Amino acid sequence: MIGPSWIEKADQIFILLKLWVIGFLPASIRDAVGVLLCVVAIICVFPGLFAISVLLERKGLGRMQNRLGPNRVGPYGIFQPVADGIKSLTKEDLVPMSADGAVHFLAPVFLVVVVFMGYAVLPMGRHMTLVPMDAGLLFYFAMGASTELSVFMAGWSSRNKYSLLGAMRAVAQMISYEVPLLMSSVAVVMITGSLSLEKIVEAQNQYTWGLPHWYIFTPWGFAGFVLFCIAATAETNRSPFDLPEGESELVAGYFTEYSGFKFAEFFLGEYVGMLSISGLGATLFLGGWSAPFAFLGWVPSWIWFFGKVMLSICVFIWVRGTLPRLRQDQLMNFAWKFVLPLTLLNLFDAALWRFLGEGWERWVVCSAILLVAYWVMARVGFKRKHIGPRSYRYAD
Amino acid sequence: MLGEGILKGLAETARNFAGSYVSAERLTTVQYPEQRIAPIEATRDFPFLVYDGDDWEKGLRCVACQICEKECPPKCIYIVKSTDKKPDALGKMQIYPARFDIDISVCMSCQICVEVCPFEAIKMDTEFELATTDRFGGLLLDREELSKSNEHFHKIHPTEAAEVDARLAEEKVKADAKAKAAAEAAAAKAAGAAAKPATVATETPAKPAASGTEIAAKTTEGEKK
Repeated sequence: MIGPSWIEKADQIFILLKLWVIGFLPASIRDAVGVLLCVVAIICVFPGLFAISVLLERKGLGRMQNRLGPNRVGPYGIFQPVADGIKSLTKEDLVPMSADGAVHFLAPVFLVVVVFMGYAVLPMGRHMTLVPMDAGLLFYFAMGASTELSVFMAGWSSRNKYSLLGAMRAVAQMISYEVPLLMSSVAVVMITGSLSLEKIVEAQNQYTWGLPHWYIFTPWGFAGFVLFCIAATAETNRSPFDLPEGESELVAGYFTEYSGFKFAEFFLGEYVGMLSISGLGATLFLGGWSAPFAFLGWVPSWIWFFGKVMLSICVFIWVRGTLPRLRQDQLMNFAWKFVLPLTLLNLFDAALWRFLGEGWERWVVCSAILLVAYWVMARVGFKRKHIGPRSYRYAD
Repeated sequence: MLGEGILKGLAETARNFAGSYVSAERLTTVQYPEQRIAPIEATRDFPFLVYDGDDWEKGLRCVACQICEKECPPKCIYIVKSTDKKPDALGKMQIYPARFDIDISVCMSCQICVEVCPFEAIKMDTEFELATTDRFGGLLLDREELSKSNEHFHKIHPTEAAEVDARLAEEKVKADAKAKAAAEAAAAKAAGAAAKPATVATETPAKPAASGTEIAAKTTEGEKK
């Protein structure tokens, strides 16, 4: 995209800023400081977005429940996250006497570290990837899967039945949904032919008649995106898949025994994980940092990336405000009997899309396969059990 | 079709979200310290002692019969009987509570004290802003803090208070009639025998209380055994 130089400058503003800063340093340490600056930027920006999303969540959920939401701290309650932060920092940090101190301490730290590692490969704008890795997607999933370990560390070390039950649920759930999450992303890798997230975005950053080539606008991409969203929601323990912390039955699940700043770290980990998986979803299916219309190409690429991430967060909040929590068996059935078969079929569909050539036929065939499969799966898997008046066979 | 219900639900919450910005009557909550809703009549939290007239010490209906103290399930009431007697609201000589404490940190708002009180002396209050910085002394209310006028009772529970007033008036009329009849009978009889029925007549309203205390005393004895 060629435009006046100020457009490019706005697009690359952060990179130019970094180059300007490290320009003052001796050449030998420039690269190291540059990377450090990027890391610091990530560690500052995403907790900031975390604060914004917590506020959005509290206000949004309130509105969905016909309440006002927090409105005391600052105008319209916009400083509520600050108050929350100060509160959790000043609270007493309790460690149960019988808990395994070291593991209990390490669990939240590990969670936050692992969650932030995922950002290393996310392209947040044109040339704005911290580590442009060839196997970026693989790295992302390796890091994403490590959060299970932290959850189980928390649950096991607390020596509390609710923590342990919550952690076991969490591990069962996260491992079950890890599979469809990976499988739905593999379709994207198959079409793009690369595991590099940068290349995946580049492949989507093309326009026909002013419309982008985002994968969500293909039958397999749409199905993949929906399945990815379901799996991502479960992966981040968000409602309606928030069983690991189901407060109605498990107090607070795996972080029952955490208070003060460690609790805040879990909270941070959860939201930063949400932001990161939203970023991955946007990168894989929604064209990453590319503009939704060709004529909007002059808007800086990072605005599109962060806009898409925040939009996904709003959808997360909307879903949370709407759906009740599932039961554990429903959750597992849903993962293994519905989502996983559909993701496998979606892989096949993506392959078909690739080999049917550039015609209208592939649109019809691929859409039909997915629609029929969805209809059949819904019919078979979610057959309404006819529950009539109860009859007592042995009672007289 | 699968997923239809989810979409309907999403539409509903979206309608709520947008609607709450448009119409204020959708919002079901009030902004508490500034805005208040009057409590409904059946509201109750902690007991208070009713007094008639203007002076709480003179008008206290409580005669320290201790039924409530004995019936109280969490045992949050503490009463010390007076050694002397003083005229109650009706002008009759009665024992009064020298101390009457309720520990509202223990009270569970069950209203049993109100149910058992034969003198309509203890009723449930609606005051809920009882937070204090002193968790022991501040939550232990003495009889002065507990005393509230009958007008206050009328204000918070108008129906119940009207019933209570009617009942008390009726009892007063009955007692007066009895006393009158007794006095007439006494006048008709010889002067020596006159004193006895008169005292019986005046003591009648106090009787259920006495029997109540006896029963309560027996039960506590039984428990001790």
